[in-house]
Amino acid sequence: MYNEKVMDHFQNPRNVGEIQDADGVGEIGNARCGDIMKIFIKVKEGRIEDIKFFTFGCGAAIASSSALTEMVKGKSLEEALSVTNEDVARELGGLPSVKMHCSNLAADALHKAIEDYKSRCRN
Amino acid sequence: MAKRKVYLDHGATTPLRKEVLDEMMPYLTNSFGNPSSIHSFGREARVAVEKARQQVADAIGASPNEIIFTSGGTEADNMAIQGVARALSSRGKHIITSAIEHHAVLDACQSLEKEGFSLTYLPVDKYGLVQLKDLEKAIRPETILVTIMFANNEIGTVQDVAGIGKICRSRGVYFNTDAVQAIGQLDVNVQEQNIDLLSMSAHKFYGPKGIGVLYKRQGVKLKPIIFGGGQERKFRPGTEYVAGIVGMGKAIELAVAEMETKTAKMRELRDYFVAGLLEIGGVTLNGHPQQRLPNNVNVSIHNAEGEALLLNLDMEGVAASSGSACTSGSLEPSHVLRAIGLKHEVAHGSLRLTLGKDTEREDIDYTLKVLKPIVARLRKITGTLVRE
Ligand SMILES: Cc1ncc(COP(=O)(O)O)c(C=O)c1O
Ligand code: FES
Repeated sequence: MYNEKVMDHFQNPRNVGEIQDADGVGEIGNARCGDIMKIFIKVKEGRIEDIKFFTFGCGAAIASSSALTEMVKGKSLEEALSVTNEDVARELGGLPSVKMHCSNLAADALHKAIEDYKSRCRN
Repeated sequence: MAKRKVYLDHGATTPLRKEVLDEMMPYLTNSFGNPSSIHSFGREARVAVEKARQQVADAIGASPNEIIFTSGGTEADNMAIQGVARALSSRGKHIITSAIEHHAVLDACQSLEKEGFSLTYLPVDKYGLVQLKDLEKAIRPETILVTIMFANNEIGTVQDVAGIGKICRSRGVYFNTDAVQAIGQLDVNVQEQNIDLLSMSAHKFYGPKGIGVLYKRQGVKLKPIIFGGGQERKFRPGTEYVAGIVGMGKAIELAVAEMETKTAKMRELRDYFVAGLLEIGGVTLNGHPQQRLPNNVNVSIHNAEGEALLLNLDMEGVAASSGSACTSGSLEPSHVLRAIGLKHEVAHGSLRLTLGKDTEREDIDYTLKVLKPIVARLRKITGTLVRE
């Protein structure tokens, strides 16, 4: 059902956990199947210095969050914001079509975390 | 403990028994006649079909002329529901069912709803039980059929079938029951339980796939839903799947003969399994604690998602199933779990483990052993997301 790359991220997810003094936090709940994802970012000089996540969802959701955190770690916020769910799915070597919404979760949670960071900066 | 293969999805299907295959083999090879033919080849096949019909009838307290062979449980369910609807629509257009039926029943009912029939979907309590007083209240003068499953395929809850049968008989309404999960596990007797129509499927009791039966009590009015030749007294035309029928007859005979010993063992293992699962912590049992199929275990493992659990179990050689939204294709948690009132996040961690007649304690111990680290790992990934 899933390719090797997805299974690898599912089995050995990168960057699982919480950043206690995060600069931005984004939580997304999936209205459709009830999954939740939360991303924590630490930002330094406009770049994502550290990123961690929690995911309560299927194999594809766990793999997507893991792949996404790897993709954007060290990237500028602008670069990170340009990452779409298709990019995440491509990075994973493809996801079953019924599982595309799981990669949405990851991208959306990241966008929210960046927004959160930006609004904290404004205040 | 060495790695092993543990199949705990007998609710989905069971392996074909050797004794059953042996009975079937001649009809897949040399004895290939069409039972409708008058020559010796045909007569030989006819004898085999009629023997199987007797075996099925004997297993449920019916007469052979009340047994209609079908292509499986789904077809039997559809024949019963649509068939009664077609036969009795001039008398009334109201049908009563439950919220936790298999899709073969629910979707057949919904299709009738679109045609103008009115449907009542009885709710169930937190254990999955239909309340008899709800049924009594729901029956109206225009009610033509009550269709309530014998035992639920997901959570294993066994209904008070005799109680339902009694109410229906006294109110003069046909009672159909989907007994697909019950055969070989529970006492089924169409006389004592006042059952008018009943569906079963051979592959759930170590018979072949693609063969089932609709029991139709003598005199029950039913219109066929497919048309063709005169087979199965015109209720189910089409050349018989002779080998399948023979296999079903043998399988049900063995299942009923061994039921007492096999189910006693399964019940014990089931309760041992449930106790072991609850010990993990953050685990709750779904379905009724006692009134459940001897082989059914269904739990919710909180803060771990069902599909992720299944993938990890599969890697360890354990086959199970889940009612989680993530495994459903429709992205909705199972309608059964919703009907018993499970919160979304609790349905998310549902895991169904259905034992077989040959499941051993070692299989359970192995499953519990591999499951513990899987749950711990997935809960780490869930982190603090779910607040209860
Ligand atoms: C309760 C119930 N009804 C009906 C069916 C459908 O049976 P079949 O697979 O033979 O069509 C099943 C099997 O999945 C079942 O568990
Ligand atoms: S998270 Fe539910 S299907 Fe992927």
